[in-house]
Amino acid sequence: MQYVDEFRDGELGRRLAQRIAAAAGPRRQYRFMEFCGGHTHAISRYGVADLLPENVRMVHGPGCPVCVLPIGRVDLAMQLALEHGVMLATYGDVMRVPASDRMSLLNAKAQGAAVHMVYSVTDALRLAREHPGREVVFFAIGFETTTPPTALAILHAQQQDMRNFSVLCNHVLTPAAMSKILESPAVPGPGAVELDGFVGPGHVSTVIGSAPYELFAREYRKPVVIAGFEPLDVMQAVLMLIGQVNEGRAEVENEFTRGVTRAGNLIAQAKMAEVFELRESFEWRGLGQLPSSALRIRPAYGRFDAERRFALAHRSIPDNKGCECAAILRGALRPTDCKLFGTVCRPDHPVGSCMVSSEGACAAHYSYGRFKDIDVVRA
Amino acid sequence: MCLAIPARVIELRGEAQVLVDLDGVRRLISRELIDEVAVGDYLIVHVGYALSRLDEDEARRTLDLLARGGITGRAGAAGAQ
Repeated sequence: MQYVDEFRDGELGRRLAQRIAAAAGPRRQYRFMEFCGGHTHAISRYGVADLLPENVRMVHGPGCPVCVLPIGRVDLAMQLALEHGVMLATYGDVMRVPASDRMSLLNAKAQGAAVHMVYSVTDALRLAREHPGREVVFFAIGFETTTPPTALAILHAQQQDMRNFSVLCNHVLTPAAMSKILESPAVPGPGAVELDGFVGPGHVSTVIGSAPYELFAREYRKPVVIAGFEPLDVMQAVLMLIGQVNEGRAEVENEFTRGVTRAGNLIAQAKMAEVFELRESFEWRGLGQLPSSALRIRPAYGRFDAERRFALAHRSIPDNKGCECAAILRGALRPTDCKLFGTVCRPDHPVGSCMVSSEGACAAHYSYGRFKDIDVVRA
Repeated sequence: MCLAIPARVIELRGEAQVLVDLDGVRRLISRELIDEVAVGDYLIVHVGYALSRLDEDEARRTLDLLARGGITGRAGAAGAQ
């Protein structure tokens, strides 16, 4: 497959690994966070971590949209489906995110609530057209990749004067979360992690461009290299990060030039700006309340805002006590540090959100890495 | 949610849609978020919407870089700024 196979070439990968080993001076440690869940998945699936020398460690970041969705927001969706009797449409991964009282949207559906899994927000619009007598709410989540489609859907609903469609908006912003991770000594719990640089998200950056990371790199003195999602992309990005660290630079570089420009997708940015505005603050699972880190629907489109339409009020609900998702999302702990990992918390029975999506740090490690930590014992 | 596989455009459908091939699976997706698209282009698709068109020249440049074992220094920032 074009743009895929050539970026998975094993021989090139081994040569890159040698270059990385040669570039990473043995006298220091390199800790790089891959922000995006897509990268976490690629690193686990292709064993990229095993190709890196001991002193180069990848730290999984919070860029998995369902992982950072707090219980309180899922509870709002449950409230809509169970108490207000709406038809609730959402992306597949969201269905299994744990809510309060051991519930999830999948459980609510089993209890008879009208919860629909959709591939795209256009499917939610179609539901609303097909059921004019029902309220249809799209439970929207995700970073800057899923936000422009939600904006377009609201614009379409406005143009077509749809009276029974609204959106429960949970769209969040990548740069805000990256800053928070570096400021996390203020966050209680297991200590902050020292990071030497970031592998920047590929698809988010197709939308926002590479420019928004420039202030971040300057302000926090951390290099950022935007990377594609294939294993060679990630390895090349690691090599570029090591180069920056060795040379004492903290700049934004772009490995994924085939998909990302400095300015990003201006059409998508314009649609987002038309429909959404910044929230003062938003709760993230694992990171707490982050100022200016999420979007809400502008008052001009208020009738499509489910929070206004149904007078919903967000309540903060603590995670399961045994679950270490919060520290794992900040990169302070690894999945195997959690006592629930692989015992009561598994992909078929997730206790924490990191085990839900295949992009979550725990699910990725469970699927691709959990046996490599076990010592082989001769029979 | 981040489907990493690029989608190949098979057919333009009206102003707003394109038919794409995603590793053997055909789907209609929206092209309302990108400006130019032609049959044969590869698109990054998210939740039914094309977000970006892959640049063939840039892809070749990155592969050349990888074939030379990658680059660590300042020259590695191809197209960064």
